[in-house]
Amino acid sequence: MLSFEDVAFQYEGEDLPMLDGLSFHIERGEFVSLIGASGCGKSTILRLASGLLQPAHGAIRAAGADIRTQRRWCGYMPQSDLLFPWRTVGQNLRLPLELRGGLSPAEMDARVLETLRRVGLDDCRDKRPAELSGGMRQRAAFARTLLTGSDLLLLDEPFSALDFITRVTMREWLLRQWEQTHKTILFITHDVEEALFLSGRVLVAAERPIRALRSVPVPLAMPRTTEDLAAPEVQRLKNELIGLLRKEG
Amino acid sequence: MPKRKNVYLPSALLVALFLIVWQALAMGMDAAYILPSPVQVVLRLWALRGPLFTAHLPATMSVTLIGLGFSLALGVALALLMDASPTAEHALYPLIVASQTIPTTALAPLFVLWFGYTIWSKVLVTVLMTFFPVVITVFDGFRSVRTDMIDLMTTFGATRGQIFRKLKLPAALPYFFSALKMAVPLSIIGAAIGEWLGAQEGLGYFSRRMMTQLDGAGVFAPILLLSLVAMALVGVVSLLEKRAVTWRGE
Repeated sequence: MLSFEDVAFQYEGEDLPMLDGLSFHIERGEFVSLIGASGCGKSTILRLASGLLQPAHGAIRAAGADIRTQRRWCGYMPQSDLLFPWRTVGQNLRLPLELRGGLSPAEMDARVLETLRRVGLDDCRDKRPAELSGGMRQRAAFARTLLTGSDLLLLDEPFSALDFITRVTMREWLLRQWEQTHKTILFITHDVEEALFLSGRVLVAAERPIRALRSVPVPLAMPRTTEDLAAPEVQRLKNELIGLLRKEG
Repeated sequence: MPKRKNVYLPSALLVALFLIVWQALAMGMDAAYILPSPVQVVLRLWALRGPLFTAHLPATMSVTLIGLGFSLALGVALALLMDASPTAEHALYPLIVASQTIPTTALAPLFVLWFGYTIWSKVLVTVLMTFFPVVITVFDGFRSVRTDMIDLMTTFGATRGQIFRKLKLPAALPYFFSALKMAVPLSIIGAAIGEWLGAQEGLGYFSRRMMTQLDGAGVFAPILLLSLVAMALVGVVSLLEKRAVTWRGE
């Protein structure tokens, strides 16, 4: 669904490249988390995958085709919800539909309402984002990402600004959404436990420049609950991953 | 809403105090051609209501509104141009700032030479005084747009035009209203100064004529009227703003 082939990237004015000959692949329907210490280039990978940055070398493919030949191949969800304050929640969700065009206002409203129901915000359609709690805003932002209609979702630390309890609730919620929607998700986080809970596979960025990502399968069956994280093999894996990230720092 | 009244009570008291001191001072001096009392000014305004409201206020208002219209059009157009092209920004921004160092009031007599006693010499003074805050504030509004919001729209496949219409325009709207609130009083002042320096009608001209007649209260009366009109117009703009911008400060 998403593959990097020998991708290199360097920010202007920096001595070291961020990525150098990086290749990896994500299968359709996978939930993959990418972890790494802050500043290691996780977000750079996501910005490359979403087309906001251009690689100096190599190719990035989504659904088999080079992303340079495509438009709207992914749904990108940034760290901050970025809901427009002048639009109601419903109007915010309409944005990707309006941009794509081809739907009548009635059809757009129907799609918005259906998606609001899916994320449990159907009574918030006419509210302003400012009236919502942090967790509800992230849910609305996720719903907006779903409405891009793309099968590939790129999520950049979407829960990092939330308080701990909301974060735990939100990751359980996200996992259910993934099970129901069958999307392919690349999820960036610096929280090892979050990565283990959510994904089938964890990619570790543990060098600079990033030449390869270490792929670590998570030994937990779906569906999962937060209690599953207490299993000894998961705890062992968690400590191992934390060790990897610390070595790099 | 009693709470709201309390909020404005201190400023109301301060105004009352100021008027009482002014009244006392004027009565003490007893020289209305130097310092007329507030009561004398109000009485004079009432006595002169005929020419002030039928001839001079409409004249000043038409200069004000035409000047304000040109200032808004010019200011927004320049802001749009500078937002669309960095080259235009680099070329224009310093010139726009430099234009404010020109003493417009000193040039105004020249404008009378160019345009005669027509409305256009006054409109030019008004525009030169008013367009600056409009262009700077609206341009700031366009620049206030968060780059991550632009990035988000880009990943949604938005075109430049869509980013402008759906993101930059609404984001700049609160700035536009701030610009308008600065521009309204400035354009009234600009019109009055233009009339003061060369006109045959208008509140600025009338005030000056009363000056030559040593009619102190007659000088103040049109100025009081101008202030009241400016306050009323800013009030109207604030009301419009409340309706249009419901998200300020978020």
